[in-house]
Amino acid sequence: MTESTEKMTGARALIECLYREGVDTIFGYPGGVLLPIYDEIYDADIRHILVRHEQAAAHAAEGYARATGKTGVCIATSGPGATNLVTGIANAYMDSIPMVVFTGQVPSSLLGNDAFQEANITGITMPITKHNYLVQDANELPKVIKEAFHIASTGRPGPVLIDLPKDITVQEIDFYYPDKVDLRGYKPTYQGNLQQVKRAASAIKESKNPVIYAGGGVISSDASKELIELAEKIKAPVTTTLTGMGGFPVEHELFLGMPGMHGAKYANYAIQESDLLIAVGARFDDRVTGKLKAFASNAKIIHIDIDPAEISKNVKVDVPIVGDAKWTLQKLLKYAEPAQSEKWLDRIAHWKKVHPLHYVEPATGDGIKPQYIIEQITEACKDAIIVTEVGQHQMWAAQYFKFSEPRTFITSGGLGTMGYGFPASIGAKIARPDKVVFDIAGDGSFQMNSQELATAVQENVPVIVAVFNNGYLGMVRQWQELFHNRRYSATCIQNSVDFVKLAEAYGALGLRATKRDEVRPAIEEAIASGRPTVIDFVVEEEENVSPMVPAGAAINEILDLERKE
Amino acid sequence: MRHTLAVLVENKYGVLSRVAGMFSRRGYNIDSLTVGVTDDPTISRMTIVVMGDDEVLEQVTKQLNKLIDVIRVTDLKSEESVDRELALIKVNSDVTNRSEIMQIADIFRARIIDVASKSMIIEVTGDDGKITAIEQLLRPFGIKEMVRTGKVALRRGQKSS
Ligand SMILES: Cc1ncc(C[n+]2csc(CCOP(=O)(O)OP(=O)(O)O)c2C)c(N)n1
Ligand SMILES: [Mg+2]
Repeated sequence: MTESTEKMTGARALIECLYREGVDTIFGYPGGVLLPIYDEIYDADIRHILVRHEQAAAHAAEGYARATGKTGVCIATSGPGATNLVTGIANAYMDSIPMVVFTGQVPSSLLGNDAFQEANITGITMPITKHNYLVQDANELPKVIKEAFHIASTGRPGPVLIDLPKDITVQEIDFYYPDKVDLRGYKPTYQGNLQQVKRAASAIKESKNPVIYAGGGVISSDASKELIELAEKIKAPVTTTLTGMGGFPVEHELFLGMPGMHGAKYANYAIQESDLLIAVGARFDDRVTGKLKAFASNAKIIHIDIDPAEISKNVKVDVPIVGDAKWTLQKLLKYAEPAQSEKWLDRIAHWKKVHPLHYVEPATGDGIKPQYIIEQITEACKDAIIVTEVGQHQMWAAQYFKFSEPRTFITSGGLGTMGYGFPASIGAKIARPDKVVFDIAGDGSFQMNSQELATAVQENVPVIVAVFNNGYLGMVRQWQELFHNRRYSATCIQNSVDFVKLAEAYGALGLRATKRDEVRPAIEEAIASGRPTVIDFVVEEEENVSPMVPAGAAINEILDLERKE
Repeated sequence: MRHTLAVLVENKYGVLSRVAGMFSRRGYNIDSLTVGVTDDPTISRMTIVVMGDDEVLEQVTKQLNKLIDVIRVTDLKSEESVDRELALIKVNSDVTNRSEIMQIADIFRARIIDVASKSMIIEVTGDDGKITAIEQLLRPFGIKEMVRTGKVALRRGQKSS
């Protein structure tokens, strides 16, 4: 041991470890068993963001992580504090976002006794964490924290939870922070098999109709530049999944948009007609593939993923490459030669022209189409970070915003968590104060965590919540319209609340736009204000997300749902 | 198809529930599972018998490997490994049939480890086929209780699992 040790409590050691990991911000909420830790936080050189509900702490930590690539950190007390984090942890797990979660726990001596505010949070979160720990001896704490940050941020990233019985936080230890981690059961493969890379290169050279299908792995391995280079070199069009959005510039001529249920028609047609599908950091989710048997059925499939368990999980893969997306794409770039895709690119250009994404403006009146708002936000602030809630508005954001760089689209992909966006946008804005940050929100979703207006105002985090107020749980209403005879069971939420007054009640800026020509000025005013802002956009009530592939159908069986007024 | 997996894991609190939880969450069926510490006290060895085709086996193996506490997973193919199971069988018996039962035990190289006036307990070790066979032969006497350890297995020859 070269480093000298120092005596300190577990709570103090926790803070020391966070310093060593370079943590500058944590999101949390205190409670009885956390008192020793919060006493240390009081004068620690770390920004603590006090949320108003622990769920928001987890989402905010995730937003912070997604905006930066760093590991997000949150903390909550035992029992209800810990269980309130569960949705946020599950969300980070589904989207593979690096996060370290601390929970307080009752003292070791009371564990298993149903003590006050005891919840078995390691048991509860076992299936939704990459790993978790119940610390049984404070002397282990530094090692556990070191391992947790390592596990969370390497390989396929994910949340790691550390449960801290109160006695651990007051126990005195000789502090020593290890500089290496050695986990014999955890050695992720970063460097793909070169033989396989060469096989992929020859498959590319032989292909006539190649498509690159890129997912969130491209963002997390910072492989966007390599992705663009590869696409240009091999002359293949690129479709990015919801979580891969931003990994390839929307305005690039090789961009196909998003695939799947609400994907662009030409993306789905291209996948279905492809003879080679190059999947990079994507996991063949059912929202992308539709009916599996009919998915890209004539294509050879190359799958690059850092998680071996994703390979051939849903779709049988011809050329698997287990490895980091960035590393593998760099190698592939070295060996790959252009595909024979001239005619294919012409066909795709044709599809793009004949089947563009589009919506119908209201024939009369000056109502606001939701898609129009996204277009206006793009025009007003193209390099903004777009965070979303879940529902129709989320799909419109993915379809219509013109993303030009990675880490500018932050959305709940795998879990589809309403209430995610607003706290995640707070985390993103704290991480990137230089960026304009929008939360594209539904009127339903925003109400799931609108209490965080207090956090945004108190901590002076000027995010802009754009509420797409359609008076409905719109995405569910859309399914009811299409598949349940317009029987709008429990989806009408009209006149829930006056969003402008709600914002003002918290000391935020509240704006409203009810007509088309009020949209842009409201956006500009919000950006200029530099304050946390809620814009109540009163939009067309029954607009549908189009196109749409019904659940279970093949992805080229597409419905057109443009509402003609 | 049945597959036997040797799974080396950290000998730590909670590992069994991580493994069992993964199986139930992903919908795989465990036929049997045994755990015991190895010659290295920090490592436990699980022998898991799982039903499924080759694709299931591949996914199970990969998902097991994803668990941080799992150190190594080996598929013990029957031709390359030996496996044993131990069963204790309490069977009805009295003076009239005691020697007949002892003869059966003898044939299977099983041992009588307890004799009472109306029952006895037989200990038998072997592979699945052997245990099933003796069970069937003893059934007519009336099996009062039976317990099986589940399979343990090792690879033959130099290579370890
Ligand atoms: C926590 C949670 N509960 C329920 C759902 C199911 N759900 C998906 S979209 C949606 C409606 C969302 O309504 P809103 O936020 O107003 O967005 P809109 O679709 O109207 O744009 C619901 C209820 C969900 N995704 N998350
Ligand atoms: Mg709505």
